[in-house]
Amino acid sequence: MAMSDRFLPLAHTPERATSETALTKAVLIGIAGLFLVAILFFPLVTVFIEALRKGWGTLFENFSDPDTLAAIRLTLLVAAIAVPFNAVVGLAASWAIAKFEFKGKNLLLTLIDLPFAISPVISGLVFVLLFGAQGWLGPWLVAHNVQIIFAVPGIVLATVLVTFPFVARELIPLMQSQGTSEEEAALMLGASGWYTFFKVTLPNVKWALLYGVLLCNARAMGEFGAVSVVSGHIRGLTNTMPLHIEILYNEYNFVGAFAVASLLAGLALFTLLAKSLLEWRFAGELAASSRRN
Amino acid sequence: MSVPVRVRNLEKNFGRYPALKGVSLDVEAGELVALLGPSGSGKTTLLRAIAGLEQPDAGQVLFGDIDANTLSLRERRIGFVFQQYALFKHMKVFDNIAFGLRARPRVSRPSEVVIKAKVMELLHLVQLDGLEARYPAQLSGGQRQRVALARALAIEPRVLLLDEPFGALDARVRKDLRKWLRELHQRTGHTTLFVTHDQDEAFELADRIAILDHGRIEQVGTAAEILERPATPFIDSFIEGIARREAQAREWAKPHVVVSR
Amino acid sequence: MTFLPSSLRQPSALPGFGLALGFTLAALSLIVLLPLAALVLRAASIGPADFFKIASDPRTLAALRLSFGTALIAALINTVFGLLIAWVLVRYRFPGRRIIDAAVDLPFALPTAVAGISMAAIYAPNGPIGSIAKNFGLKIAYTPLGIVLALVFIGLPFVVRTVQPVLEEVESDIEEASALLGASRLRTVFQVVLPHVYPALLTGFALAFARGVGEYGSVIFIAGNIPLVSEIAPLLIVIKLEEFDYGGATVIATLMLAISFAMLFLINAIQGWSRTKYGNV
Repeated sequence: MAMSDRFLPLAHTPERATSETALTKAVLIGIAGLFLVAILFFPLVTVFIEALRKGWGTLFENFSDPDTLAAIRLTLLVAAIAVPFNAVVGLAASWAIAKFEFKGKNLLLTLIDLPFAISPVISGLVFVLLFGAQGWLGPWLVAHNVQIIFAVPGIVLATVLVTFPFVARELIPLMQSQGTSEEEAALMLGASGWYTFFKVTLPNVKWALLYGVLLCNARAMGEFGAVSVVSGHIRGLTNTMPLHIEILYNEYNFVGAFAVASLLAGLALFTLLAKSLLEWRFAGELAASSRRN
Repeated sequence: MSVPVRVRNLEKNFGRYPALKGVSLDVEAGELVALLGPSGSGKTTLLRAIAGLEQPDAGQVLFGDIDANTLSLRERRIGFVFQQYALFKHMKVFDNIAFGLRARPRVSRPSEVVIKAKVMELLHLVQLDGLEARYPAQLSGGQRQRVALARALAIEPRVLLLDEPFGALDARVRKDLRKWLRELHQRTGHTTLFVTHDQDEAFELADRIAILDHGRIEQVGTAAEILERPATPFIDSFIEGIARREAQAREWAKPHVVVSR
Repeated sequence: MTFLPSSLRQPSALPGFGLALGFTLAALSLIVLLPLAALVLRAASIGPADFFKIASDPRTLAALRLSFGTALIAALINTVFGLLIAWVLVRYRFPGRRIIDAAVDLPFALPTAVAGISMAAIYAPNGPIGSIAKNFGLKIAYTPLGIVLALVFIGLPFVVRTVQPVLEEVESDIEEASALLGASRLRTVFQVVLPHVYPALLTGFALAFARGVGEYGSVIFIAGNIPLVSEIAPLLIVIKLEEFDYGGATVIATLMLAISFAMLFLINAIQGWSRTKYGNV
């Protein structure tokens, strides 16, 4: 059994005393590979193939369509608000949780993780129930002429909710494992709290912060369910890129839909690339690489 | 510059666990005092309480005439060297040492030129010339130790506190650094307290030794005083090793006859 | 800075606790708790009788059955293949392994709508795979089968990423001991190695399942969305909202949430139990 391992041409690592036969390994790798190609690779490649079905010219035309541009602008705006906000919340939460002892920490951690457990549609529904015309604060909002649902503020809120835990989840375990001694040293040397935070704490978590921001951003730009519920689907005004994709698709403008989709797919690939790079080079400074979810 | 430290009836509990049970200690300006004891004796808690990193439940700490309670952590001007050094791993040696000076509020902050001069002076003092551009990860344990010390000295502290300064180092480096610390202390004259569980270290280095057990100071005195008149049976057995080693050292120092072929 | 009474918090030399915690709690309340409260209140204001009426409506039941059913099947598929993929990634070396390892996170990074239209195109009767299936008389898109495939895509990383770290930590000496004691490779794998992974596998399954139940974007393009046949629960919520039937939407959402939280609870319990049994997960 061990003998046939020598026939496996690909192994770089020393032979293990216990291992499957080369044939078994090849078969298993083959099945896994086929599965991944069918389930992962195919859909990704399809996006680009369909986007280019009518050629590069049409592709760029689709990009410069005014409604598409509006959707891109809105997506960027929402991300530009949601991501920094959640990054700040993540930093505040991890400072409180990692550097201090207090009761109720576990409860706080669970609450922060809550948005992950909720269906995106429900994440949108709750804001409709709060700010919608028949919602809790609905009448008050109408009276003061404030538009949240079916307008940009609602989209921003729903996106913030859905991406709330991303940065915190990356920072908290890392800061917990780093402890408080460097901060204590800084304070003893005469630094103020803020000076310590910016000069000592932040540099120690910068890669994990970037990692969290990357994931948060990918989700913020790609969110569909929650935003779909709170948006009014008004072309050119309250459509993010994912919603715009839906509209184009429902109008049977498949090439157009895939064109916009290809932009988001490109973002996904960039995110994956950046993410892998960070994991690869800074594994020790990202708690994420030991706890993936 | 260097002040006496007075501790009065300090008490500290962690939850229901009493770490310090009414500890009092007087340290003269410029003295080098060791806090010696087994683990769990409260010596690190005492050191941290003097530093202000732990809030005592009762008692007082005085730096000269000033009640430490009236000072915030920043204002205490205490040079603290942590057991694991707590160097800022993302900063070069230079920036680590310069940190305390740069962190001062604008009005009292020296210029970069002055800071640079000071840092180089300190690097020379701790015999780490030429290493200012290295990162902590690129240094040996003994070197990191000395950077931590230089960093603490940079702020011209009233008091120098060292938490098991040589604990993480191997025996040979420990011996060298012990001698070096003694010389450094003689040169700079800071009031210094250091925590250790190593009896030889305490007896070799310190002007006076405070022996702690279970949250209380059992005896304070010079090495000679303690060896001659241990106050309790616990101390007697604690220093047994030292007395034996001293006797052996005296034995080996006698002239020998060496026979060789 | 004391923000909480000392009985609730250990005093610390570090500043900023009040500010950090206060801000966190404010953001949490505003973004998460307040909206959820609106849901809970709304659900409570629908009397139990009405609640039950809506909950037991055939359309509602069909939607819930579909959502939970397809999520379950997809999660099971992912459990099997996810384990296989994790095994292959952790234990074998082959060219492209790093790339495939990174690629497993694709469903995390790819927006659901993009995945949705893409899979709809592939499995539609005139798509690459759909047309092949048609020759076998099999219809994928616009049927529950299509939904299952979409959910398999979505849930895969949950299983793989949960199992991988655990598999990486399995010590090789127990395998060697088993082989020396005369066990066949199959027995060693299934009776010695895999048991370490089962709790993580279960967790991964639960996570994939929970995610699949609530999934919307990647499913609505490939599902038929025909009421009572191929309409998922989240879609029904959206439709109710469009009809301004806030009550109906709330009921369905509450049911879904209740089950989601039960799953979360279960996951934590499993992890806690396995920690006491095996030491770590």
